[in-house]
Amino acid sequence: MLSIDNLHVSVEGKAILNGINLDVRAGEVHAIMGPNGSGKSTLSSAIAGNESYDIDKGNILFKGENIIELAPEERAHKGIFLSFQYPIEIPGITVTNFIKTSINSNLKARGENEMPANKMLKKIRDKAALLEIDSKFLSRSLNEGFSGGEKKRNEIFQMAMLEPSLSILDETDSGLDIDALKIVANGVNKLKNKDNAIVVITHYQRLLDHIIPDYVHVLYDGKIVKSGGKELALQLEEKGYDWIK
Amino acid sequence: MQLTEKLISSFLAFELDTDINSPVHTIRTSAIKKFEELGFPNRKLENWKYTSLNRIIKEDYTVFSKNKNVIDFKKVKEYFIDNIESYKIIFVDGFFDPFLSQTSHDGIDICIMSAALNKKKYSKIINEFFNKSTNSEDSLTSLNTAFSKEGVYIHLPKNTILEKPVEIIHFATGNEAALMLQPRNLIVVEENSEIEIIERHQSLTSNPIFTNCVTEIFAQKNANIDYYKIQNDVISSSLVDNTYISQKNNSDVKVHTFSFGGKLTRNNLNFYQNDKSINSTMKGVTIIDYDQLVDHHTLVHHANPNCESHQDYKGIFSGKSTGVFNGKIIVDKIAQKTNAFQQNNNILLDEKSTINSKPQLEIFADDVKCSHGCTVGQLDQDALFYLRARGIPKKEAKALLTYAFANNVLESVNIPELKHKVKKIIAKKLGVSLGFDL
Repeated sequence: MLSIDNLHVSVEGKAILNGINLDVRAGEVHAIMGPNGSGKSTLSSAIAGNESYDIDKGNILFKGENIIELAPEERAHKGIFLSFQYPIEIPGITVTNFIKTSINSNLKARGENEMPANKMLKKIRDKAALLEIDSKFLSRSLNEGFSGGEKKRNEIFQMAMLEPSLSILDETDSGLDIDALKIVANGVNKLKNKDNAIVVITHYQRLLDHIIPDYVHVLYDGKIVKSGGKELALQLEEKGYDWIK
Repeated sequence: MQLTEKLISSFLAFELDTDINSPVHTIRTSAIKKFEELGFPNRKLENWKYTSLNRIIKEDYTVFSKNKNVIDFKKVKEYFIDNIESYKIIFVDGFFDPFLSQTSHDGIDICIMSAALNKKKYSKIINEFFNKSTNSEDSLTSLNTAFSKEGVYIHLPKNTILEKPVEIIHFATGNEAALMLQPRNLIVVEENSEIEIIERHQSLTSNPIFTNCVTEIFAQKNANIDYYKIQNDVISSSLVDNTYISQKNNSDVKVHTFSFGGKLTRNNLNFYQNDKSINSTMKGVTIIDYDQLVDHHTLVHHANPNCESHQDYKGIFSGKSTGVFNGKIIVDKIAQKTNAFQQNNNILLDEKSTINSKPQLEIFADDVKCSHGCTVGQLDQDALFYLRARGIPKKEAKALLTYAFANNVLESVNIPELKHKVKKIIAKKLGVSLGFDL
């Protein structure tokens, strides 16, 4: 589904990623771990198409198509979803209207009709229930005044609504207490199926107790220095990142 | 200057039919003298530093239209608020249009100035209120006063809650190669009465139109007034809107100004708090492009204790457009416990767009709360990426953020049909279909 080949990325002339290779197939869960500053968020931003990041070399293939020239919205239309590490507060747009606009934009781009209001409402209710989100929360301004946990739960709610093929969860566990972490992980697990794929980006192992990865990659200094199975996460937890260097 | 001379020399002819013993004649005569002395304002004046009328007054305007065109309602339906019952006072090329209007004399007077100035039964109200709140040192107000003849006259007696809003529209049809209009409005809302008014100046032609409008509003004890100005005129039209609001105790007056169109729009919005426990609210959304200019000059004079004023103006500027915001707040020494709040936020979407924003606070009392804030920025790039990453195309994402930016001003619009209309205008202005709502 996702195939990253020798990806070099810089921000304002400073090289951050120095040759990333990664293959993610449908039905798989990959975890990318690494210390602060190793380039984890740069990788997720580059896949989602943030224009502040310059791709100097390499390719990102999604379902066989090179997407490095595509706008962020075009990548979203193809089924890429990024759960933001720091979701943006937008006063004046409610969660509900935001998600409606998002869903209908995606449908329109794919040449489909807008979702009828009653169907939309039912879907919103079902997915909010999945993530134990209060209906009052949905009429609040997007992320405005949300706690860290509420913001992350809102991101996964959007993922549930959009049903992307590839979800990149960037530090989704940060800011979550253990109960919220379980709800979010449970939500992600329910959304997982043989046709989609999930990339979990995290600093700590604890999220991986709940979302079990098929593969774990260690990112260090802009490169994947080690890959393995889920046991690699436990080793990292025990020995720290110094062990990898 | 040509237009100045034309106006002054026209005055004699204009006053020919007026009884020289009438008080209105005296008022008009001293007003034309004042205009003769001051002339049109220029950029040497502090209040006109950022706005030049030169490109507007160089046109050869007809100052009294002799005839008007007939308008078919179907062709102008879009300028009315949809699906709403309302009183309507409609003018075409400066003349009252009885066919498009729906006035009232049923205990309340919702009619026209020419009747009020000429008929004896209105003289008590005219003598008490006409030209009593204006700034006689202002040249454009004086010019309007000199030629005050037609406009809106509303008198709401005590304890009257108007169930339907009043729509006021001034149409220009292009009956003259260039036309100057000077509507003069008087609105008196007596004790415990309430009214909602929607006002609009709409040109239907590409001929130059210059409107110099004066509106006096009197809110007596406990009166409640909601006034909405829709400024979405064509690019060949310019407007100087002088509004004077005089409030008595416990009254509440809100003015919303939506400025999206026109070549040059200058709003002089003046609030005088002549008693205690008064609330004054001014809100505005400006969205302009090309070389349009919108200038908001607000004045709140806190002359009594325990009063409040709230100002919230949002501006979004594209192309080579220019915005001006000058918010003057005067707090007299006796106006203790005043609470005055002023906010002006702006987004510049292009390198060549400009905003000149200036708070001007003159505070002589010591126990007051006065705050003011002004921001100038661009659309938040992180927010834009966030929306685009959710599949919302760039243009729509920008429009959505613009909506969101203006939204808290829209939220306080109390007429849902009007709110819908304004949102539709904004969507059109931003070039997006209303695929989303807020």
